Amino acid sequence: MYRYDEFDARLVHERAEQFRGQVARRLAGELTEDEFKPLRLMNGLYLQLHSYMLRIAIPYGTLNARQLRKLAFIARKFDRGYGHFTTRQNLQLHWARLPDVPDMLLELAEVEMHCLQTSGNCVRNITADPFAGAAADEIEDPRILSEILRQWSTLHPEFSFLPRKFKIAVSGSSADRAAIMVHDIGIEILRNARGEIGYRVFVGGGLGRTPFIGHEIGSFVPKSDILAFLEAVMRVYNESGRRDNIHKARIKILVHQIGIEEMRRRVENEFAEIKKTGVLQLPQTEMTRIAAYFAPPNFATLSPANADFEAAKRDNRDFANWVKTNIHAHKIPGYAIATISLKAIGETPGDCSSDEMDGIADIMDAFGQAEIRVTHEQNLVLPHMREADLFALWQRLAALNLATANYGLVTDIIACPGLDYCDLANARSIPIATAIAKRFADLERQHDLGELKIKISGCINACGHHHVGHIGILGVDRKGVENYQILLGGSGAEDASLGEILGPGFDREGIVDAVENVIDTYKNLRSDSERFLDTYRRVGAQPFKERLYAR
Amino acid sequence: MLVKAGRIAEDSFTPVADGEELPDAPVIVSLKRFLAEHDSILARRQPLGVRLESGESPQELQPYLSELAVVVLHIPAFRDGRAFSAARLLRTRLGYGNEIRLTGHFLLDQIAFYTRVGVDAFDVAPNISVADIQTALHEISDVYQPSVDGRVTIRDLRTRRTTVPPS
Repeated sequence: MYRYDEFDARLVHERAEQFRGQVARRLAGELTEDEFKPLRLMNGLYLQLHSYMLRIAIPYGTLNARQLRKLAFIARKFDRGYGHFTTRQNLQLHWARLPDVPDMLLELAEVEMHCLQTSGNCVRNITADPFAGAAADEIEDPRILSEILRQWSTLHPEFSFLPRKFKIAVSGSSADRAAIMVHDIGIEILRNARGEIGYRVFVGGGLGRTPFIGHEIGSFVPKSDILAFLEAVMRVYNESGRRDNIHKARIKILVHQIGIEEMRRRVENEFAEIKKTGVLQLPQTEMTRIAAYFAPPNFATLSPANADFEAAKRDNRDFANWVKTNIHAHKIPGYAIATISLKAIGETPGDCSSDEMDGIADIMDAFGQAEIRVTHEQNLVLPHMREADLFALWQRLAALNLATANYGLVTDIIACPGLDYCDLANARSIPIATAIAKRFADLERQHDLGELKIKISGCINACGHHHVGHIGILGVDRKGVENYQILLGGSGAEDASLGEILGPGFDREGIVDAVENVIDTYKNLRSDSERFLDTYRRVGAQPFKERLYAR
Repeated sequence: MLVKAGRIAEDSFTPVADGEELPDAPVIVSLKRFLAEHDSILARRQPLGVRLESGESPQELQPYLSELAVVVLHIPAFRDGRAFSAARLLRTRLGYGNEIRLTGHFLLDQIAFYTRVGVDAFDVAPNISVADIQTALHEISDVYQPSVDGRVTIRDLRTRRTTVPPS
């Protein structure tokens, strides 16, 4: 993975010291909260319902064991002994105290981490496919470009005060595990007819109040041009994005209002002008230099079929179930990608205690895993496991209650922190997620239902990605009472689509029954092994409405 | 207080509102007035500044930039970052070399960014000192991006470090 050199290291240390001065001015009363707010937001520090919340950047979701142990240490020493992995592949600590934050930043800097640009109207943490470097279908490791973009966007002099926040995601294959179609900019790495690798660029996707699927704005941007192309998009947005209304300020609204054709024309003009100067050309030497950090580990030549592994699956049904959902194909024979579910039944989706983080770091060491990935679906991934080690891995994870066999199933729920923490929220998300998970706790039932993605947001800002859930749940406030609407048919993958609201919402008790009714309806309608999403797309909303709202 | 190149500078320009009579001295006028009264303003043969509101494109000044001693970028609220692009365009594509002055509502902590995109004069609030500005400019030593300030980027520093100097 990427390692800081003295320049990266100095920048994050200086940034921590700069914030120490700002916090001191705030605590001494020299800065008002109004004056302090933009400064703390530039360092990922929010003021929430009960406390400050510190959002730690995990660039493209990659961590090594040392970093994971440091996160465990920070959460234990300065917070309440746990953290929350987010849909931006970041980690949030929800009980931070202001005087501690400079020390927390310094601890992070010690392990090449920071909170830069995890909030504010700037380019946020770049996200990428959590299977990067391991997926069998990958064209190129998306973290190479992601790291180049991390450096390019860090303290960018022109684009740190955009009309609104700006989110970029990169996928290294045509299968989209990074939700690139619902980002301000989504980048798909692809190969053209001549065998060259380049970038397909989408713009104007997003969720929130006004969800949109992104439009293609560059069908094949050459590698050396990508920074010039992105600066062109950013400049058009910075100049023309709306600033009169915070709810209409994202680039998706600009694209929607002027149309993708006009957007493309403006970006291409700007791109041509920037290219003339040559300043932002990305040399091959730089690509090669960064790529070296992401060189694959030394894979052994293994037999693709491991007799012990097959025997363990035969002999142990629980293990076989876990393999069925939580193991994905690796590009090298004899290796596998293992997902650690942070969705144990009854637990808060994405939460991870300090003890669990330490335990996972020990497991990484035990199985020679140099790095772990955080997924936007709030799970963790060990990217390069030997198949022969999977049974031992599963046993160790099970001892930590981290071997839940539910990746992609009905209980693998995305949920935002909701009204339990967030002062934007209208309704609680976490209790809904845990109640649904308990209702569907039976693993045989989950496996029978197959891939089914439930995503829950506690307000229309959609941090829980409810628009792209196969079943989306949106919490709203109705005359002071929490109310939950159901959306069906969304997807954040390569077949991206936005879910449609089914009808009137349900109260806290009713929503779990409603979800079960939706799922029962699907079971009656599906043909063979048809996924929920495919059944919904085939039959439409009507049968679900009839079942749910029948009088 | 006008701060230029890290020092308090004398401000010889008088801002004049639209419709007010122009004194026989260096003035700063709005873009609208400048375009409307271009010939008569130029005939005064005094140093001249034009003020751009946020949202007014510097491209409009392109034919006239050689006539200007100052371009003022006025910031209505610190969150409005359009002036970052405006300054950068003035310095690059439009080739403007004289003073770019920032007025209005901006933060001490934005001055380093504005300096990077080519702003070289700041009309700062009285509670900000030159020492504050110097600190803000030097808190972060290195930069990742090439910009119009011509600062050596981290990528350049890396290349130099790994290149053996010629003997």
